[in-house]
Amino acid sequence: MAGAIALSARNGFIPRPHATGATTESAAVRWSLIGLAVLFLVLFLFIPLAVVFASALEKGIAPYFASFRSPDALAAIRLTLLAAGIAVPLNLLFGVSAAWAVAKFEFVGKSLLITLIDLPFSVSPVVSGLIYVLLFGLQGLLGPWLVAHDIKIIFAVPGIVLATIFVTFPFVARELIPLIQAQGNDEEEAALTLGASGWQTFLRVTLPNIKWGLLYGVILCNARAMGEFGAVSVVSGHIRGMTNTMPLHIEILYNEYQYVSAFAVASLLALLALVTLIAKSAVEWRSRQSSGSLTAENWEEAVP
Amino acid sequence: MSIEAHKITKKFGRFIALNDVSLQIATGELVALLGPSGSGKTTLLRIIAGLEFPDHGTVRFDGDDISQRAAGERRVGFVFQHYALFRHMTVFENIAFGLKVRTKRCRPTSPQIDAKVYELLRLIQLEKLAQRYPSQLSGGQRQRVALARALAVEPRVLLLDEPFGALDAKVRQELRRWLRQLHDEIHITSVFVTHDQEEALELADRVVVMNEGRIEQVGSPDDVYNHPATPFVYNFLGNVNLFHGRIDDGKAYVNDSQTGQIVYVRPHLLEIDRRPVNGGHFRARIKHINSAGPLVKVEAITEWGHSVHIEMSQDRFRDLQLVKEEAVFVIPKDVKIFQPQEGPRP
Repeated sequence: MAGAIALSARNGFIPRPHATGATTESAAVRWSLIGLAVLFLVLFLFIPLAVVFASALEKGIAPYFASFRSPDALAAIRLTLLAAGIAVPLNLLFGVSAAWAVAKFEFVGKSLLITLIDLPFSVSPVVSGLIYVLLFGLQGLLGPWLVAHDIKIIFAVPGIVLATIFVTFPFVARELIPLIQAQGNDEEEAALTLGASGWQTFLRVTLPNIKWGLLYGVILCNARAMGEFGAVSVVSGHIRGMTNTMPLHIEILYNEYQYVSAFAVASLLALLALVTLIAKSAVEWRSRQSSGSLTAENWEEAVP
Repeated sequence: MSIEAHKITKKFGRFIALNDVSLQIATGELVALLGPSGSGKTTLLRIIAGLEFPDHGTVRFDGDDISQRAAGERRVGFVFQHYALFRHMTVFENIAFGLKVRTKRCRPTSPQIDAKVYELLRLIQLEKLAQRYPSQLSGGQRQRVALARALAVEPRVLLLDEPFGALDAKVRQELRRWLRQLHDEIHITSVFVTHDQEEALELADRVVVMNEGRIEQVGSPDDVYNHPATPFVYNFLGNVNLFHGRIDDGKAYVNDSQTGQIVYVRPHLLEIDRRPVNGGHFRARIKHINSAGPLVKVEAITEWGHSVHIEMSQDRFRDLQLVKEEAVFVIPKDVKIFQPQEGPRP
């Protein structure tokens, strides 16, 4: 034993106390900060979530599932899926083209476009709903024309879809713009000089490089599309079985003291949110994996 | 294939990147575009490649006007400064890309592509790394993959933008020699951009010296170094001492600012001695000596108070036994004078 110690001392090995960095606080400060954070999480995130599921299952499994079987609930679920199903692909298309245009090209009005993309984030959802009412409503700008041609937008499904598209507008574009900007034009130019067409370049070079960011944007966009309340509430008109989405349906049930049904549908939305979060974490993990290898400079040593 | 750029002008907003530039490159030549940043050298290269389009002027390949053709139709191999390898593809996929994106009619079969890629991998000596991703390669290896990818489409011209800029000195030397060898083997018309005069002089058949959107001089490395056409070229290629002075009757008079002429002397063309030499010498006091490297670099202060740089061999330095603060005589062996107002530049 003594020999070993002598040896390590000769080699200049001095055992150090564990983790003493200039950035570490004292134990008391550390634990109180961690405690505060945990307390906050439990109080504002875990307890409400638990309450949602507990209230939904209060009267057992059967009433819980019965809540989904009512025609109104089924219609609300269908409408929510429809709105998201239309809004997400459209925003995907718009987001990719807008991000592409903003990140790769210089043009007049570029900063105006960037500001406009952010507009749905800065405007209250209720206001965005009202904009549609003012535009397409009976007394609205295009109202008389729409009536004359027998097109219903406000208090109908098209209005809900439009409002959802508007509110979820920025998610994909915002996610992609910095990513595409950071990657620059080099790889696309290389593909062009190698004889690839514009479409081949997009499919084979640009898209693979942005796929994780794109997926991330789509997941966030979908979560918002399904959960949107304010804007949709204004344009929907709350017609049961016709223009109610899941969030609106939950509100109606709650106001009618049907707590079990309200919380059951709410739990479904919460479940969707949880699935979304898990998918988001998985995507983040995957994209870290694929970009993590970028810094694997240690490979060089192994190579002749 | 020969390249001709004719009266090319290119502006970016108000900035004039190229100002009426004409250049001819013969088949099989290896040409360097040399100049400081902002001189327009990269813009000229990108215009030849079809990545930028000139405001005025034409580009011809073998006499055909290709000014309006897209980059993909010109059959040029372009090697980017930071390689621009496709980061989500392996080395193999990177090199095969140019062949795989061809239309079905012109695309080689899969075994043909494999054979071609492995032939190129052998050429760049990276056969074992075919399945690696670019992030798993060193800078020098990435550079070679970028070159192989450009060569895979059998380009008519090879264009390289600062090909060794991002590499450390040792790798740069090796790759430089390797590229020269490669060029001697496949004889493809090649143009590379560099701001490193040593690189241009060592590698190129001909050097095009550029400054502020114009060509200052075109010539062999020997030409541009030993017979610079303009003060800029003299200044840019190698170190130089400037004196105000004049030439009269075959003799240079320094420290004479009357005429406004400038005398240029390279540091290795100044000699130090302890004795005055008939006629051509001036006095100086030694301020600093750096004897690391093949040449000894001496900084001295002239009798009129200017700093002057002198280079000498280690042998000569040992013979002289120079010390700091010593007063010596400096003898210019060769000087060059440019008239201050030379009229419009060529």
